[in-house]
Amino acid sequence: MLDRSLAAIRGTGHRVVNGVWRLGFASRFFLAVLLHSGISFRRFQLTIKEIYFSGVLSLIIILVSGLFVGMVLGLQGYETLQKYGSESALGTLVALSLVRELGPVLAALLFASRAGSAITAEIGLMKATEQITAMEMMAVDPIARVIAPRFWAGVISMPLLAAMFSAIGVFGGYLVGVVMIGVDEGQFWSQMQSAVDFRLDVMNGVIKSCVFGVAVTAIALFEGYDAPPTAEGVSHATTRTVVTSSLAVLALDFLLTAFMFRGI
Amino acid sequence: MERTTLDLWVGLFVVAGLAAILVLAMKVGNLSTFNMSESYTLQADFDNIGGLKSRSPVKSAGVVVGRVTAITFDNKTFRAQVSMVIDKRYQFPKDTFAKILTAGLLGEQYVGLDPGGDEQVLKGGDQITKTQSAVVLENLISSFLYSKAAEGDAKK
Amino acid sequence: MPTENLVEIRDLNFTYDVRPVLQGINMDIPRGKVVAIMGLSGCGKTTLLRLIGGQLKPSQGTVKVTGQTISALDQQQLYRMRRRMGMLFQFGALFTDMSVFDNVAFQMREHTDLPEALIRDLVLLKLEAVGLRGAHDLMPTSLSGGMARRVALARAIALDPMLMMYDEPFAGLDTISLGVIGNLIRHLNDALGATSIVVTHDVQESMKIVDYIYFMSGGKVIAQGSPDEIRALDSGFVHQFVHGEIDGPMPFHYPGASYAADLALEPAHA
Repeated sequence: MLDRSLAAIRGTGHRVVNGVWRLGFASRFFLAVLLHSGISFRRFQLTIKEIYFSGVLSLIIILVSGLFVGMVLGLQGYETLQKYGSESALGTLVALSLVRELGPVLAALLFASRAGSAITAEIGLMKATEQITAMEMMAVDPIARVIAPRFWAGVISMPLLAAMFSAIGVFGGYLVGVVMIGVDEGQFWSQMQSAVDFRLDVMNGVIKSCVFGVAVTAIALFEGYDAPPTAEGVSHATTRTVVTSSLAVLALDFLLTAFMFRGI
Repeated sequence: MERTTLDLWVGLFVVAGLAAILVLAMKVGNLSTFNMSESYTLQADFDNIGGLKSRSPVKSAGVVVGRVTAITFDNKTFRAQVSMVIDKRYQFPKDTFAKILTAGLLGEQYVGLDPGGDEQVLKGGDQITKTQSAVVLENLISSFLYSKAAEGDAKK
Repeated sequence: MPTENLVEIRDLNFTYDVRPVLQGINMDIPRGKVVAIMGLSGCGKTTLLRLIGGQLKPSQGTVKVTGQTISALDQQQLYRMRRRMGMLFQFGALFTDMSVFDNVAFQMREHTDLPEALIRDLVLLKLEAVGLRGAHDLMPTSLSGGMARRVALARAIALDPMLMMYDEPFAGLDTISLGVIGNLIRHLNDALGATSIVVTHDVQESMKIVDYIYFMSGGKVIAQGSPDEIRALDSGFVHQFVHGEIDGPMPFHYPGASYAADLALEPAHA
């Protein structure tokens, strides 16, 4: 009995110490990525290649999801708004929810599962097959050559993807609300335009998605870099990337929203 | 270093992303309808601004002509000072009336400008002297109840 | 100075967590020679290579390459040192997202400002040396194990290193590839004027090409000498190892409780 509770306490302590240790390593890793970012801009070709893999290849899923989310918003928003006789506010509802929240958040969640997991698996496998070690032995810093360009590619891609998500989502809302249901087109756009503020809503959405881009890419890269060099280790790391970065996006979203839209 | 098809895709991606931000700014947002560079500022004091907020619209005859930029409380007169920017294209006479109105029964509040008949127009930094405060629902109800009560008393 | 030692290892100890991996290693790798480090799997050979390459730091003792203590170098100095080293990893460790050509060109592009035309000539020259010039536009995934290792070899010699390190170059190869790699190691060493360290457990193949052999067991050097001297040793572990005998000083069974105890035929703590 005593043995078992002692073991439980020891296990908990071990996990806590391990967690703090990992967090410290992650912070040092993140700092190293920032410090070794020079090459990702001096040789921008490296970053462009990674933008292709994480940004361009995520386009389809982002655009299709954005369209459907916008259409659902149009449908649901109309159902609710017409009860109060304010269908004309449909444009406002669709645009504000997309630009402020759903665009950045959903795009980041999709990005985490599409590009984040791929980054983790790739880095993990490069480590498992000694490619990272080989690079170090060739006197090339893998943080600068492999990690940093992927990081900046993610940070650049994320706001662009989120903006496309929001834009196509508004179009989806327009399709359902105006074309299908028949809400007045002029009111749809004008109410939207008078309610959506460029600096307050659009720019804050862009800032949010930049922060999400940093979080998701950094987590994905770290999980890959820290993964045990085995098939099992890489697969666990990939799962952890999706789970951790999704949670991080949602938690950060709450913090940023509280910070940005406080008292307005 | 040579150009590759990959560069083309990434280029298209970046253009599409920036275009999306532009669409959000112009078509979804209000960047196109209101240009801060061509505007002038007006002031107005109100006894009560109700639910008016910074960035609320300023309308005249139902047309958005400007936006509220700041709301402060004057410690000497105990009134609310509202600053607003008005589009340069629109000019208003000196004796314009500023009211705080509500869009619909439960809609957002805005500043309504009723132009007067003065020859001179308001310029940047001018003060609108004639104002009407927001209708506060509680005050309306209580005054209604008092008048009813007074009627009842009179009947006795 | 042909007899000078390129690598000198003195009293080297390395402990992983609490497990001692290397204990009191002394080695000299003379310039221009091909030296083999032999031993069973897990005896610390690969660790030794990593210590020479500066990827690990010794717990005690020193590793000197061209007279410089590796563990005392800072990152920049270490990277400068590594540019003059080449390492062939056990499974090649080719960059899977680049073609064979780009793999070989990798170091030239990273470390030099050579024009692309010259890089092309150099890469084809290196690939020609390993007999794979025709494969330059293939991706590493479409190469066989032996070909991948030859490409990795071409990549390792891209900047004409003074020290070549081979980690198990013969592991998992068919007999023809085996001979090809063995020959390449010897010829490249002599053609480049380099010095080579071959970590291996393949006795027969490496005996043919090396100048000197260190035998390791349990983290210690237990025998050394030229291939002929090693072959002449007729007793003990080295004899068992060289001639591939199943039982000898190195027991067939991993240490454990007696077989009978494991089958519960007798009490474990009798």
